[in-house]
Amino acid sequence: MTDQDQKMQAYWRENIRYLTILLSIWFLVSYGCGILFADVLNQIQIGGFKLGFWFAQQGAIYVFVVLIFVYVSLMNRLDKKYDVDEK
Amino acid sequence: MGVQTWTFIIVGLTFLLYIAVAIWARAGSTKEFYVAGGGVHPIANGMATAADWMSAASFISMAGLISFMGFDGAQYLMGWTGGYVLLALLLAPYLRKFGKFTVPDFIGERYYSDTARLVAVVCAIFVSFTYVVGQMKGVGIAFSRFLEVDFTTGIIIGVGIVFFYAVLGGMKGITYTQVAQYCVLIFAYLVPAIFISIQMVGNPIPQLGFGGNLEEGVPLLAKLDMLHTDLGFKEYTSANKPTIDLFFITAALMLGTAGLPHVIVRFFTVPKVRDARQSAGWALVFIALLYTTAPAIAAFARTNMINTVSNQSYAELPSWFNNWEKTGLLQFEDKNGDGTVQYYNDQNQEYVRAVAVKNGWKGNELVVDRDIMVLANPEIAKLPAWVIALVVAGGLAAALSTAAGLLLVIATSISHDLFKKIIRPDISERGELMAARVAIAVAVLVAGYFGVNPPGFVAQVVAWAFGLAAASFFPAILLGIFDKRTNLQGAISGMIVGLVFTASYIFYFKYGGGTPDQYLFNISPEGIGTLGMLLNFTVTFVVSRLTPAPPSSVQDLVESIRIPRGAGQASAH
Repeated sequence: MTDQDQKMQAYWRENIRYLTILLSIWFLVSYGCGILFADVLNQIQIGGFKLGFWFAQQGAIYVFVVLIFVYVSLMNRLDKKYDVDEK
Repeated sequence: MGVQTWTFIIVGLTFLLYIAVAIWARAGSTKEFYVAGGGVHPIANGMATAADWMSAASFISMAGLISFMGFDGAQYLMGWTGGYVLLALLLAPYLRKFGKFTVPDFIGERYYSDTARLVAVVCAIFVSFTYVVGQMKGVGIAFSRFLEVDFTTGIIIGVGIVFFYAVLGGMKGITYTQVAQYCVLIFAYLVPAIFISIQMVGNPIPQLGFGGNLEEGVPLLAKLDMLHTDLGFKEYTSANKPTIDLFFITAALMLGTAGLPHVIVRFFTVPKVRDARQSAGWALVFIALLYTTAPAIAAFARTNMINTVSNQSYAELPSWFNNWEKTGLLQFEDKNGDGTVQYYNDQNQEYVRAVAVKNGWKGNELVVDRDIMVLANPEIAKLPAWVIALVVAGGLAAALSTAAGLLLVIATSISHDLFKKIIRPDISERGELMAARVAIAVAVLVAGYFGVNPPGFVAQVVAWAFGLAAASFFPAILLGIFDKRTNLQGAISGMIVGLVFTASYIFYFKYGGGTPDQYLFNISPEGIGTLGMLLNFTVTFVVSRLTPAPPSSVQDLVESIRIPRGAGQASAH
């Protein structure tokens, strides 16, 4: 296996690590807070919202948007680090 | 000026705008026709994707649906946004690097088989077509209700507009008109929401407003919960469906979104892999703007409606009530003859015994079609006529932009995937462009015809398209990128198992006489695509390991799409 191949494998591993972390958050806010634990979170009241309801109808969507932009900036850095970015 | 004059003016102006944009953005090559030359800025592409994605149903029906479902409406809100995270992280950048025009292109090359390509073409056409007919119907309804032309004329006008800019401009024309259409539809959606939010809770931001306090000092949602329990419904803010069903439906919608060909193809139109990632983010920003406003509108509308009609004397109801009664979308039947509207949950036996019988109520007297919530909302809140006209223009923008995007997928599937790749590989660039124009022209006309004479199955099928897309396309594309070992045998058997399982489950419960108590693990047909997707995954994985590895050229292809450098522009070869 050449150096180049090893470098690409390391790039791919780091990418997979980012994906695992970001998708865990994705799962947690939507399926976790918005569905599985919504009843429990509904006991907590923030402003006029019950927390479980807020996650299900508002919060999860905001987190989705943030996740994508975090991913974009992580990957732009990673591409540069491994010198695979587009010129 | 009346509502109708305003509607003519505003709809007319927006149509002129679309036509002007289309003339400015004509397509000169197949590359411009299929993927807008691959040179669209990520923010513009994000707007176009958002307009493409949000259909007449998102614009007109969704807030109404949520307003009747309460908490459970979250399945649409999360389901139709969460898929973009999957797209951005798992699919879009790699498909962009792959650099061809269509999803069948990817399936065909990754699984080194024209049969696989053909199967993908048929699925893409089927899914897109059922979708587009629904849009045409939406156009017809909007025209016929607000411009008082008949339904057929409405569809013909709509078809004419789409025909003009889709045939002339292809993806390039469609993309830039969609940017304009997004601006129209989001403006039209937000204006009434902001007005109503100020009226009810004194907060101009609806997303915050529906967590605000009413004039009487009680939080709006607490008041709504109380109104609901008082009428025998479940609290607005807690779940009604079994948790597992909610979970599976949300997942099916998310995975389906990420597997829909007309959404995926948008990411072929940007110049770089980096832009594809970013573009998915922008698309979600623009979609989220509407999707976070919808639940606010739902809660406002629900509160307003109950307060206005519940236990009020029929003779004293405001004029919008009678106007909508004439359309048949609002029905009042005075069952106990007391001249008052009793609106309550007559399915709730306990409530009926404890409250309804005592008060001499003889069943729920009001039936409200969910579609009128967005359209009637400005009238219920007594907003000026131009706002109502704006909502009509917004609904039309939503329907037209989605229809155009879908028609392009159909045309591309026929002229590129079928004609160029399978039937006549030696066709020239000009010949292919001509074929694409003819294909889209025919598709527009056929869609128009079925919009006027909708086949009965269409309405039901649209709802299942997500489950079927999740159970067929999603695993094949995902494993095609992330698992080099996945081969033709695995992908084909997985797709067949996923598709057959999901389709037969849906068919059994919809037409085969199945009853809800027979649901597998309590999962309704809407959510079964998720299970089909898991089956597909397992079968693909196992079969791939039991059969020979894919050829090394394909493994090299997978290696190369994982790395952004050298993406170049989307090309046919």
